[in-house]
This record gives sequence, structure tokens and C-alpha cells, in this order.
Amino acid sequence: MTYSTGQIWLIIAVLGAGTFLIRFSFLGLIGDRPMPPLVLKLLRFTPVAVLPGMVAPLVLWPAATGGVPDPARMIAAIVTVAVGIRTRSAIWGIAAGIGTLYLALWIFAIR
Amino acid sequence: MTSSTVKSPATSAYWAGLRDGSPFVLMAVPFATLFGVVATDAGLTVAQAMGFTVLVIAGAAQFAAVQMMMEDAGIAFVLLAALAVNLRMAMYSASLVPYLGAAPLWQRALVAYLNFDQTYITSVARYEARPDMRVQDRVAYFLGVATPITPLWFIMTLVGIMVGSAIPEAWALDFIVPIMFLAMVSPMLKSLAHVAAAAVSVSVALALVGLPSGTGLLVAAAAAMVTGAIVETWIERRKA
Repeated sequence: MTYSTGQIWLIIAVLGAGTFLIRFSFLGLIGDRPMPPLVLKLLRFTPVAVLPGMVAPLVLWPAATGGVPDPARMIAAIVTVAVGIRTRSAIWGIAAGIGTLYLALWIFAIR
Repeated sequence: MTSSTVKSPATSAYWAGLRDGSPFVLMAVPFATLFGVVATDAGLTVAQAMGFTVLVIAGAAQFAAVQMMMEDAGIAFVLLAALAVNLRMAMYSASLVPYLGAAPLWQRALVAYLNFDQTYITSVARYEARPDMRVQDRVAYFLGVATPITPLWFIMTLVGIMVGSAIPEAWALDFIVPIMFLAMVSPMLKSLAHVAAAAVSVSVALALVGLPSGTGLLVAAAAAMVTGAIVETWIERRKA
């Protein structure tokens, strides 16, 4: 890394301010003014529209394996989703997913 | 998930948030430590690494920025890449408006500072499940979810800086975050419209994976939101 101390702090300050402004944007500016029904309908899908797309490449091509698909991680992902849908609970999904991940990694390691 | 009925509603909403946010310590501890380690390895000082964690407070963007700084990328590219990773939070911000828009400005600013994936998803799931929550209870719940994660995120970054040694690869820490996100979003797949939106999100994100960081995801998310709205409208019309 060849940045000066001032440049590093500039990066940190701009990233901090920029990230806050992104997070504050709509919540700060719109407040309690009513939004059009169509916009509200679109926004209701935000969580299911962002997270699956964010995670999918990490499941198929994990960085830890250099992008090579890994059966242990895929099985853990499938179990997490299945248990999350079935129990309607994030906590059970996390527990089942992490448990499956370590079990599968262990089984594939001794094979 | 159950709710307590004692004390004032805002107090019990805060405690319910605290309880629902607690599992995320599992993720905050290893990842904040890892960021401390990576930032120190990259050559940042203690103050700079802590500056990242406290001012930016967004794990994925922090890792993206430090990664590009290690490659001596131009400052503008470092900023663009990291901010692109965070742009999804503008969608989070917009989707919180119907729930929190009536709160005082300082509370909305505080929520904005603490608006990251875990706090956002957990809180929106609660707001959807309980449409009759008062605004102050929603704010209290959000702050409750943020309470266990945020201080640990700061403290464990400092621990990572001090320890400064790599975490064993066998722990497969890279995959704890995907599992957390999948577990958070799965219970929200409650209608055909939600499932269709998720399927489009996955397909488009995978197809656009070669685009610069964060941009493919934005296209995928927009396409998924439109899909969800169309399918929902279609189902409503068929019922009518």
C-alpha cells in the first residue's frame, strides 16, 4: 500500500459519509410523507430481492476454495433454506446451516 | 417468536429486539476480528482500522475497500467499489420509510447509522408480522437488534488488530455470513410472489456476476422487486 496518511483518512472519511448518506437517503428525506402504492408494493420485496442475489455467487463459487464449487457449502446452504422455510425461524436456520456445514466439511475431509 | 407483555410497550419492544439480535454475535465476532487482522496486514494503523469500523460500519464494504487498497487502486476506484457494495442500503432505507418515516429526525438518523443487513432484515420481518406496532416501538425494536452486534463489532475489530494472526481456514468462516443471510431471508418466502422475486434475484445476480462489485446485484434486486410486484398483482386479479 502506497497511500499517504492523509489519503487513507480521506478514503475512510468519504466512505463513512457516503455510506451514512446512502442509509439515511430515503428515510431522512421522505419522512412521513405518503409514498405511491406502487412504490410501496415494490419495496415490500426488498429483502427477498437483495439477499438471495447477494448470497448466490458465494454459495456457487466460494472465495475460500478459489471459486471452485464446494459440495459441503452447497449442502449447508440448501439445509439452511429448507429449515428456515419449514420452521419460519432464522435462528433454527442458522443452527441447522452451521451444523450441516461443519458435519459436511468433516465428512468430505475424511473421505 | 414470542413477545413479552410486561413494562411499557417500547421497553418490551427493545428487549424483544435485543433477544432477536443476539444470534448475530456469532457472525459479528469472527468477522470483526478478521477485519482487524486483514486491515493490520494491509498496513493500516490501529486508528485507521478502527476509523473504518466505526465510521463505515459495513463489513462487506470495509473488506472491499481494504482489498482494493492492498492492490494500490486509485482512490476514486476504492471509493466507487466500496460505495457500490453499499448501494443496496438505499433500498433498505426506502423500504423502512413506511414503518419509521414518522419518527423524529434524530431517531431516523440513528437508525440510518445502524442500518445494516442484520438489523434491517430482522426488524422488517418483525414490522411485517406485527402491522399494529407503534412507531416508537419499531424504533426501540430496531435499536434493540443493533445493541448486541454493534459494540462487539467495534471491540472485536480491536482484538483482531491486537492479535494480528490469521484465523485457521478449517473454521470456514467465509461461509458463516451466507448461512446467516439465507437463514434470515428464508422465513420471508411466504408467498408465490416472494419466491418468484427471490428466484429472479438469484438468476440475474448469477448471470451478471462478472460486472464490477455491487452493480450486478442492484440490477438483480430491481428486476426481482418488479417480478414480485407483478406476480402479486396477477394473483390478486385472479382472486378478484
